[in-house]
Amino acid sequence: MEEMSELIAKNSLFAGLPDSTIQLAVGCAQNVTFEPGARILVEGEPADTLYLLRRGRVALQVQRPSGKPLIIETIGPNSVLGWSWLVPPYRWQFDGVAIDPVGAIAIDGTCLRAKADADAVFGYELLRRISGVLLSRLQSTRVRLLDLYGHSLDD
Amino acid sequence: MTETEHVSPGPFVPSRYRVVDRKTENSDITTLWLEPVDRPIAPFKAGQFNMLTAFGVGEVAISISSAPGAPGAIEHTVRDVGAVSHALASSQIGDVVGLRGPFGTDWGLESLTGCNVVVVVGGIGLAPLRGAMRYLAENPAPDRKVVLRVGARLPDQIVFPEEMERWREMGVDVEVTVDVADAAWTGHVGVVTQILTELPFDGAGAVALVCGPEIMMRFSARSLIDLGVSPENIRVSLERNMQCGIALCGHCQLGPFLLCRDGPVVPYAPLAAELITEIER
Amino acid sequence: MPSPDAVVIDANGVDSLITSLRAQGFRVMGPVVANGAIVHREIRAAKQLPVGWHDEQEPGSYRLSHGDDGEMFGWAVGPESFKQSVFPSRSVLWRARRDGQDLAVEATGDDVAPEAFFGARPCEVAALKVLGGVLAGAASPDPVFTRRRETAFVVTVECGRPAATCFCTSMGSGPGAAADFDLALTELAGPSGRFLVRVGSERGAAVLAGVASRPATAEDHRARDEVLGHAVAAISRTLDAEAAPGLLARNLEHPRWDDVAGRCLACGNCTLVCPTCFCAAVEETTDLAGTVEETRRWDTCFDLAHSYLHGGSVRVSTRSRYRQWMTHKLSTWVDQFGNSGCVGCGRCITWCPAGIDITEECAAIAASDGAVKTSEPTAVRDR
Repeated sequence: MEEMSELIAKNSLFAGLPDSTIQLAVGCAQNVTFEPGARILVEGEPADTLYLLRRGRVALQVQRPSGKPLIIETIGPNSVLGWSWLVPPYRWQFDGVAIDPVGAIAIDGTCLRAKADADAVFGYELLRRISGVLLSRLQSTRVRLLDLYGHSLDD
Repeated sequence: MTETEHVSPGPFVPSRYRVVDRKTENSDITTLWLEPVDRPIAPFKAGQFNMLTAFGVGEVAISISSAPGAPGAIEHTVRDVGAVSHALASSQIGDVVGLRGPFGTDWGLESLTGCNVVVVVGGIGLAPLRGAMRYLAENPAPDRKVVLRVGARLPDQIVFPEEMERWREMGVDVEVTVDVADAAWTGHVGVVTQILTELPFDGAGAVALVCGPEIMMRFSARSLIDLGVSPENIRVSLERNMQCGIALCGHCQLGPFLLCRDGPVVPYAPLAAELITEIER
Repeated sequence: MPSPDAVVIDANGVDSLITSLRAQGFRVMGPVVANGAIVHREIRAAKQLPVGWHDEQEPGSYRLSHGDDGEMFGWAVGPESFKQSVFPSRSVLWRARRDGQDLAVEATGDDVAPEAFFGARPCEVAALKVLGGVLAGAASPDPVFTRRRETAFVVTVECGRPAATCFCTSMGSGPGAAADFDLALTELAGPSGRFLVRVGSERGAAVLAGVASRPATAEDHRARDEVLGHAVAAISRTLDAEAAPGLLARNLEHPRWDDVAGRCLACGNCTLVCPTCFCAAVEETTDLAGTVEETRRWDTCFDLAHSYLHGGSVRVSTRSRYRQWMTHKLSTWVDQFGNSGCVGCGRCITWCPAGIDITEECAAIAASDGAVKTSEPTAVRDR
């Protein structure tokens, strides 16, 4: 079985960081699995975990009265799931539901925050990387707002 | 046979083709199967287009969506966006339409023997690449992996879903993503660049074929370059108003290109990359 | 030394030249005064030519005046070019007739009589070549142009009195004629009407054989040189044809485009009078009996519909449409066809209702090559 530190280092969020830094995350991490359909994040519930997805996909979605949720985005392997543990009020904004059997590393958000607060260099590096992922998500979301495959030149 | 039948009727006169089958792909997209009534057009290559006439309404450029050299009727997938395309999309089995072609540059399939191929399409962009995809799927090469990445607004706007499933079974790595979906959709939700973050092979040396609206091609090309694909190895299909197909009418200009002659398929670098970021060209 | 291919004819000789061309089956199209301008009409005799008429051209202005000098070709160019003869403003391309569910398509023949382009200026002969590069040089040549150009007989007349709007010397297309003609005339100075005629083809020699002439002398050739020398000296407008392609290609965001857009009416006059503009639109019509007719008509890149692409036009602003026209003419034409699309006839300057001058626009961009539209806030700029 692979060491937790190796698994964490494989994720794009931590890739290339020195082992000493990875070890800070290892202390807050555990392996988790979810069956398809499992609600990993629950809208409105306290947010306390950062998930590094190893396999399977998770749908970020919002429940509708009809019971047919609207899917906002799907998150795939090697990506990061869940940001709401990072800033107050630490509450999940959307549901995160496993589409496939999901394997992930769950990192305790409170634990990680504490370590980032204690070690500013680690905290800065972590936030810098998270910002990169968030920016690319934001840009993708903006591109989707463009209706990229749109039918007309000018609407 | 009279003498006049040997004389070319000139480049503007369409050949008569009969609609032998039709399929409604979705609310505004229809595929027509056409067979020549008398004078067939010359053999085509994947990526080329024909001028289709709805007699009495007008003529419009439509890419050929069947595979080159395939037996049987020639296929065109028409999006109902104007008077002529509406008339074509509404034509019924037995109707006669006009056909001139084939025109323009092609995807250059013969150059794709020893390299991996990434095909990226947005919306109806798969139609001009369908012939190429069929060819690539049906002629597998041991030293060539084929990846297809498809983006659409909604699940029901994905064209040729059954065919994509067949290509997947034939070994093509197919991923489809939509902008908006409900739980009935089990595929990706996100923009096409989000399923272009990794490739199952080294991007360097791979060839990419990209077709869709210009913004989509721009973003896709950047993602491909980030994955190591050389800008010179990215081929895009560009579009402008086409009225003659034979470089005589002047409408399909895009800077130095006459797209009916120099396109529709052009290399992304160096010219197209710039042209599709310039406004009002 | 007198060239064996050159002769001198007088005014009567011009008349018998027209007669000779008609006898050979040509419909002779030549310059006449009509509607206050020199235009092309079928002519039967030299007396129909605009004898004594001169044109005064300025940006946005064209006036005819009459003198007692008796010059036959004492004018530059009128609004029409011989483009209309080789590339008619309307042509029917084909017809289709319905018969139940079936339909018969037939090509329409273009069987007009061969024309003689009488009095075509050297810049117009150059324009025919530019047009030929597009319409006859394509992989599928335009059958209308190809047939009409191949059968046409070209009598070019070199320029003695260029207009103020002419810049053929910059484009290498005049005022003298070097090639691509059957006969080239030069109206030599002097009272009695003396024309040096050079032969450019066997056909030209055959037509000339029926015309009374004497061999040209060294003095006649000197007289021609003098006419052309005066013409060259009279041409004041210039355009740097060699620099223009690169200049415009790298100045697509030059502020001058906004400036010219403020004056341009997007009327398309420049494209209609231009002897090389070839854009054409196709229209399909159906009559009550169900006959479908496909017609090609001149189009202009100043029309919004020119760049229509499902849902809208690509070139919406006047700025982008003027830029398309000028960059195509002087820059991307070279990319597309290997030569400039401009012959320096000056028609677009004269017939522009706003008097926009392509040479001036080009010079203005060259004067601040590399300038781009600033995005400074207005408040700062106005301070």
